Amino acid sequence: MSTGQSDAKVKVEVVEEIVIRFAGDSGDGMQLTGTQFTTTSALVGNDLATFPDYPAEIRAPAGTLPGVSAFQVRFASTDIHSPGDAPDALVAMNPAALKVNLKELKKGGLIIVNEGNFGKIDLEKATYTYNPLESSDLDGFQVVRVDLNKLTREALAGLGLDTKSTLRCKNFFALGMTYWVYSRPIEPTLKWMEGQFKKRPELVEANQRALKAGYNWCDITGVFQTRFEVPPAKLTPGKYRNIMGNQATAIGLIAASRLANLQLFLGSYPITPASDVLHDLSKMKQYGVVTFQAEDEIAAVCSALGAAYAGNLAVTTTSGPGLALKGEALGLAVMTELPIVVIDVQRGGPSTGLPTKTEQADLLQAVYGRNSEAPLCVLAASSPSDCFAATVEACRIALEHMTPVILLTDGYIANGAEPWLLPEIEALKPIKTSFRTNPEGYLPYSRDPVTLARPWVKPGTPGLEHRIGGIEKADGTGNVSYDPANHEFMCRTRAEKVARIANHFPEATVKGAQSGKLLVLSWGGTYGSVAAALEHCEKQKHSVGWVHLRHLNPFPRNLGELIKRFDKVLVPELNLGQLIRMIRDQFVVHAIPFNKIQGRPFMTSEVIGAIEKELG
Amino acid sequence: MNATTLTKKDYKSDQDVRWCPGCGDYAILNAVQGVFAELQMDRAKTVIVSGIGCSSRFPYYMNTYGFHTIHGRAPAVATGIKLANPELDVWVVTGDGDALSIGGNHFIHALRRNVGLKVLLFNNRIYGLTKGQYSPTSLVGAVTKSSPNGAMDNPFTPVSVALGAGAAFVARTVDVFGKHLQETLRETAAVKGSAFVEILQNCNIFNDGAWMHVTDKDIKDDHVVELRAGQPLRFGKELSHGLRLRGFEVEKFQVGTEGGAEDCINWNPSTPNPGLAFAMAQLNEREMPVPLGVFRNVERANYEQSVHAQIAEARAKLGNGDLKKLLHSGDTWTVS
Ligand SMILES: Cc1ncc(C[n+]2csc(CCOP(=O)(O)OP(=O)(O)O)c2C)c(N)n1
Ligand code: SF4
Ligand SMILES: [Mg+2]
Repeated sequence: MSTGQSDAKVKVEVVEEIVIRFAGDSGDGMQLTGTQFTTTSALVGNDLATFPDYPAEIRAPAGTLPGVSAFQVRFASTDIHSPGDAPDALVAMNPAALKVNLKELKKGGLIIVNEGNFGKIDLEKATYTYNPLESSDLDGFQVVRVDLNKLTREALAGLGLDTKSTLRCKNFFALGMTYWVYSRPIEPTLKWMEGQFKKRPELVEANQRALKAGYNWCDITGVFQTRFEVPPAKLTPGKYRNIMGNQATAIGLIAASRLANLQLFLGSYPITPASDVLHDLSKMKQYGVVTFQAEDEIAAVCSALGAAYAGNLAVTTTSGPGLALKGEALGLAVMTELPIVVIDVQRGGPSTGLPTKTEQADLLQAVYGRNSEAPLCVLAASSPSDCFAATVEACRIALEHMTPVILLTDGYIANGAEPWLLPEIEALKPIKTSFRTNPEGYLPYSRDPVTLARPWVKPGTPGLEHRIGGIEKADGTGNVSYDPANHEFMCRTRAEKVARIANHFPEATVKGAQSGKLLVLSWGGTYGSVAAALEHCEKQKHSVGWVHLRHLNPFPRNLGELIKRFDKVLVPELNLGQLIRMIRDQFVVHAIPFNKIQGRPFMTSEVIGAIEKELG
Repeated sequence: MNATTLTKKDYKSDQDVRWCPGCGDYAILNAVQGVFAELQMDRAKTVIVSGIGCSSRFPYYMNTYGFHTIHGRAPAVATGIKLANPELDVWVVTGDGDALSIGGNHFIHALRRNVGLKVLLFNNRIYGLTKGQYSPTSLVGAVTKSSPNGAMDNPFTPVSVALGAGAAFVARTVDVFGKHLQETLRETAAVKGSAFVEILQNCNIFNDGAWMHVTDKDIKDDHVVELRAGQPLRFGKELSHGLRLRGFEVEKFQVGTEGGAEDCINWNPSTPNPGLAFAMAQLNEREMPVPLGVFRNVERANYEQSVHAQIAEARAKLGNGDLKKLLHSGDTWTVS
């Protein structure tokens, strides 16, 4: 390895896209590193998608396989929808990271590996009985061995930082290297460091030095013969920002409260992967948001219901186990016909399951998981940025139809990021809400003839004092009623009210073939993987149609008709088959399940495989 | 009487009251309506929230805003209402099972936070609505439908639980002591933070006489001690007895023979330390008198006010939050 300025000519290769994965110990700052790479790539103008994958334990024993934390970024000069299947490049900070991630790397892919962490004990922690760097494991890959520990120490020499603090900067040395290899500017990250470590100037200096040193090291040593360039993507013109799903959800809630001109109330109990929505909104008090960290999930939803009763835009955020606890209160929301929005950021289950991993297995719980006949509206967001629009729509439906709404997102889109074409605020439709104030002829359970929504009355309004509750209501007056015929009438009316929501959102559209042999029917967070698979199919001239659902209860009005145009329907889901049951229940259909339940999103290749199998 | 003056009748809803004849809940309803009329409570701004149980039917009978929620959750719903609109006067009506069993968590947390709610707990030491199972306030040995051989669980003293949760206002009264009940309600209505009132209530169907020792004319004087701020703790016919402190124990004594009147504890519900209030709440009711009145009355930061103060502070510092700015925050770039 030469140490002087290399004179070897470095080749620059322009490529359409790259998938890179940063992997290390949970203490190595891989999520931060990946996020910085993402932000920089966004600023360069690439389209991108990310897949953060981190362990449930805050700090699993250092250096072990369960402690590996990874962040995958795909950046491209074309329009992309998923973080990609196999990485082109892997940054491995220790043996465990190498072991866990190597099998997914593309053949011939680039491995930047920190050989400084391959001592005997490091290897043992990763359950290696040999040193993989010296073995045939890495045959067929392009391996760049660097001692990040040593190089970072050298770069930071003279700063007077202790060893531990010094070594904590090594992720930025690695990031600097990847910036060089993929021709990214280092300035945005340098600037970010200034803000991030504002109160610790010595850390600004240390991290900046590490980043620059990593970048320059590539320049000087000539280890890499090739640099890659991924030109900006030809995205729809406009202003963009990089956004994660949970962020988009939080902003969506603020936007909805402004569109409805209502105070926003969030009652929530911390749970992975939903907590960030609570964190974000807690920081946005100037928007008039009331955030309430309740004593438990039940109190969270009940406080939201109280706030809805008092006239707020009321929301509770949670994940699957929390939704289970909220069931009874949601029944009360159905009975009292109050508008509340429940956001379930789905994670692997059952029980505690895989808290940091993704899944789509709360669909049936959301649609059916309450005692008796308790219909409510269920929506699902399809991508990180779509969480914004989906959240606004969930609020709109709740408020305009006086009904609880459950919005399903998932860990994958909640933590994943993508560029977001910022919507024009002026173009967002106001949410129609009105509070009844006229006492004349007031009946708490009278109904809007179109939506069947009942009037919303704020306590505090003179002359409209009334009582509501969970006991069956008499039609009109809302008084307690045990009348058998009234009960049936009210059950049917509540069902009809939810069914009629379908008259107020657009019909589903089919992408690709409009009729024929095969329709792919997907929903929620699998959008990206399925979109990429369908693009591939189109290139292959396969005849296949695709419908992606946002509305799961009620379904779009024309869904049955669309399904009828195809011989078979393939339903890919990250569960053991939930949408497929609902489809089979409502329509006569030859439906084929395609399921994965590994806590991870679909790979595009898996969806392509399933489609091609059905096409024969 | 001027035209806008409301009478007790104005606080009655048009619904038939459906408690068993003779139930103590009637007297409580009557007292609440009376006090509300006396205080000319704004019906539009009053919200009564309840859980599930006989007691929790209460809101249906009041001509105010009312929300009959689900079992145990009334304090949580009420917290949401109060946070959403601090202007409202929010009362919670609950039972011993509702508040202390299924809803124990919400109960303690509402009091801990000092949300501006008035919590009335109707303690009949039984599950009335479900027809007579033992409750978390039933005594050890209580024979009920679900404890035919006697209950084995040590009971909660609701006042102790409330004090333990840090409640700023804690009182106890009795369904049939009309005057005391009204007086307590009046005092409760004036509280800014959480107010907790245990109302000893007779369920004449499933647990008749549970509070006999407190209410029976012949014996009550020996079994009740009134807590009055600034007054010595005296009880018994002709106030023959007093309560004094020995170490951390409260003991009773005959005034005159066993000690002087000056030995009696002089009641102060507003001491910084709730220790004595707790000791009074823990008196063994078989041997010692049952304290009625205000156990505790201190001022603490009010939760909903603190919440809205933080919002106001953020707005004063940052303006009212511009949606466009929020959307465009973070690193943005333009594609042309
Ligand atoms: C989730 C749930 N579990 C059980 C019940 C049945 N239940 C209704 S009221 C009640 C107990 C009520 O006792 P308490 O709170 O003391 O009120 P009381 O009827 O004595 O006034 C129970 C167990 C219920 N309504 N909901
Ligand atoms: S069961 Fe008991 S508490 Fe319930 S209404 Fe009858 S007497 Fe009152
Ligand atoms: Mg009871």
